[in-house]
Amino acid sequence: MEDIHFTPGVLPPETAALRTRVRKFLAEHLSDYPSVKRAQSWSGSDRKFSKLLGANGFIGMTWPKKYGGGERSALERYVMLEEMLAAGAPVAAHWIADRQSGPLLLNFGTEQQRQRFLPAITRGESYFCIGMSEPNSGSDLASIRTRGKHTKDGWRISGSKIWTSEAHNSTYMIALIRTQPQDQKNRHVGLSQFLIDMETPGITIRPIQNMAGEAMFNEVFFDDVLIPDDMLVGTEGGGWGQVTTELAFERSGPERYLSSIQLIYELIHELSKNPTERSAIGVGRLIAHLGTLRQMSMSVATMLEAGETPNLAAALVKEIGVGFEQEIPSRAYELTGRVPLLGDDNDFDQVMAYITQSSRSFSLRGGTREIMRGIIARELGLR
Amino acid sequence: MSELTNIISETTNRLLEAYTSREQKHASEAGEWPTELWQALEQNGLTQPLVPESQGGVGTTWSDAFVIAFAAGRWQAPVPLVETIIASWLLSQAGIEIPSGPLTLIDDGHTLHINGDTISGAAAAVPWGQRATHAVAIISINDQPHVVLIPTSKITYIPDLSMAREPRDHLSASNAAFISAPITNTADISLVRCAGAAMRSAQIAGAMQAAIEITVTYATEREQFGRPLAKFQAIQQMLAVAAAKSVEGRMAAEIAFRTIDQTNADLSKAEFDTASAKVVCSEAVEAITDTSHEVHGAIGFTQEHDLHFITQRLWTWRAEFGSESFWAERLGRSILSRGAKNLWPDLIARQSGA
Repeated sequence: MEDIHFTPGVLPPETAALRTRVRKFLAEHLSDYPSVKRAQSWSGSDRKFSKLLGANGFIGMTWPKKYGGGERSALERYVMLEEMLAAGAPVAAHWIADRQSGPLLLNFGTEQQRQRFLPAITRGESYFCIGMSEPNSGSDLASIRTRGKHTKDGWRISGSKIWTSEAHNSTYMIALIRTQPQDQKNRHVGLSQFLIDMETPGITIRPIQNMAGEAMFNEVFFDDVLIPDDMLVGTEGGGWGQVTTELAFERSGPERYLSSIQLIYELIHELSKNPTERSAIGVGRLIAHLGTLRQMSMSVATMLEAGETPNLAAALVKEIGVGFEQEIPSRAYELTGRVPLLGDDNDFDQVMAYITQSSRSFSLRGGTREIMRGIIARELGLR
Repeated sequence: MSELTNIISETTNRLLEAYTSREQKHASEAGEWPTELWQALEQNGLTQPLVPESQGGVGTTWSDAFVIAFAAGRWQAPVPLVETIIASWLLSQAGIEIPSGPLTLIDDGHTLHINGDTISGAAAAVPWGQRATHAVAIISINDQPHVVLIPTSKITYIPDLSMAREPRDHLSASNAAFISAPITNTADISLVRCAGAAMRSAQIAGAMQAAIEITVTYATEREQFGRPLAKFQAIQQMLAVAAAKSVEGRMAAEIAFRTIDQTNADLSKAEFDTASAKVVCSEAVEAITDTSHEVHGAIGFTQEHDLHFITQRLWTWRAEFGSESFWAERLGRSILSRGAKNLWPDLIARQSGA
C-alpha cells in the first residue's frame, strides 16, 4: 500500500490581489442576489452574468492569450472559483466550457478547433454541455450505445444521452460516441469524442424535471445527425483516455465541498440568534471539516499546477467533500428541528428546502460515491 | 519535505520500528519500561526537537515535530514522547533548565493552586505520571502564566491505566516544592491543552494510518469463500471510506502544525486549526476502529493480534487534551459570535497564514 497523503498546498502571493478583485466584482454585481438563488451555486445559470465574467477575464483564465485566455496559473483560477462559489454566483452557463470543454480542446483539439471555439467561451458567449450518460448506462460509461458511423459527408450519429445538465442552454455538446463495435474484452476502446452544434437538425432536447422542481438536466435524442469530420476531438477510438484525463480536474475543485455553503451561512445566521452548547458543537464540527476540505482541495490544485495527475487525491476530495455537502441539510435539521414548507418566505427555510432536495444529486454527478470508493480501494491495493 | 525533515522521519521510523515489536509492547502493557527505546530517542534528539540548539535541543520546526508525533502514533510507541516534547519546549520557553528523563504534562493547570513557594491540588489521568521524572503545567501566578515544574518525588500518584495499558496516574500534590518562570509566549493558560491537542491529533493520524495498513494487509491475505476478503466489494467500500477519513485527519493535523510554525508558535493564534485537527481526528476514530475490527473478525479482538495496540490507543487519545465536542464547542462559539457573513473571509484570512 502506498503512502497516501496530501502535501499542504500554498497559494502564491499574487492570488491575494486577485481575490480582492473578485470580491469587489461580486459585491458590485451580486449584492441584491437572493439567498435561494445563491444556493443553486454552480447549477445556477445566467448568461448575462457569464458575459460579465468573460468581459472581466474570469473565464479561461489559464488558457493561452492567443485563444482569449488570461495565461494565469491554475491556483489563481482556483481562488477566483472558490470566491464565486462561496458567494453563490450563477456560474452554470459557462461552467462546463470553462472547467472541461476548453481544457479538453487545449489538450486534444486541433489548432483550427481551438481558434474556432475557445475565444467565444472566454467571452462568456458560448456554452457547453457534456453528453456522457445514456439510458441504461449510468455509472457503466463504457457500455454506451449511441453510434457514430462514418460516411462520405461526415459522421452520422444516432442514439440518445441522458442527465445532460444545461443541454437546453448550450451552444455545443461534447459527446462520447461509440464509433467502433463494442469489444467485450477491451471495453474502453472504440469510443470517440465529438463537438456537436446543438442547432444541428435531428437533435431533440427533452427537459427532465428534477425533484426540486427544476428543469436543469435533459434527455437529448440524435436522429441520424450529421456531424462534419472536423468536429471529431482527438483520436477516433481514443475517447476513453481523453475523458479520464479530465476527471482529476472534475473531481477535486472547490465545487466538491462548497455546494451547500449557503445553507451553512443560513444555519449560522439562525443559530447565532441564541447560541447554545449544542448548536456551538454542531457548527464547530462542520467548520472543522470545511477548513480541512479546503486544504485538501487546494493541495490537489497545487499538484495539478505542478503537472501531476492526482487521480486518487481527487477521488478522496470528492468522497469526503460530497459527504460533507450532503450531510449539511440533516445537520441543519438536527440543530434547528425545522422542516421547511414551500410557502415559507424566509431565507433559511427556502435554502433548506432547496438544498435538502438538490443535495441528493451531489453524490451522483461526476461519478457516484461508490465509483469513487472503488477508485480509492484500487489504490489501496484491494482490487 | 526538507532534507532535515526526511532525516527526522527516517530516524524516528527506523528507531520506533526496531523497538516496538509485539513482544516489547506486551512487556510495556505488563508494566516494563522500555529503557532502550527511550535512550535511543533521547540520544537522537527526538525528545527535544522544539528546544532551541542554544538550550541543548534540536531547534527544529513544529512541522518536523509533526513527523515525530505521527510516527509515535503509527508505531504506538509505549513512551511519553510527545508529552516530553511539549514539556521540554515549555521549559525552554520559560528559560527553565530541562531535567533528564521522560516528562509529563498536566492538561489543566486550573486544578492546581500555588500557596507561597509550594503547590497543591489534584489532576486526573496524568499520562505516564509515575514514570516521568517531572510534571509540567501552566499555572497563573499573579495573573501571569507561568511554566511550573514539579518533581515526581514531591507528588503522590494513584496508579491507573488507559485501555491501552499505558499509565494514566491520578496526581495529588500537597504543599509540594516546584520551580517556575513566567512564559511570555502567550496570555492563555490553556497552552498545554492546545499543544497537547495538536500532538494527539498527529498521533491519532499516525495510528489511523497503521490501522488502515494492517487491515488492508489482512484483507489481502485472508481468504474466505475461496477468495481474499479484499475481493469483496463490501470490504473494498468499507475500507475506502475509512482510508478517506484517515487521510482527512492527517491533512488536518499536518495543517495545524504548519499553522503553529506560521504563527511563531503562538498557540493562541493557531488555536482554530489545532481545534479543527482534534475535531477531525477524534471524530475519525470511530470509523477507523469500527472498520478495522470488523474486517479482522475475531482475531483482531484478541491480545495475540497487533490491532488492539492501535485501537485501544485511538479510543484513549481521542478524548485527551480535549475531545471533539470540547474543541467543536470552542470553534462553534467563535463562529457564531462572528456571524455568517464573516465565516468565509475569516477562513481565508486564517488559512492564508495571516
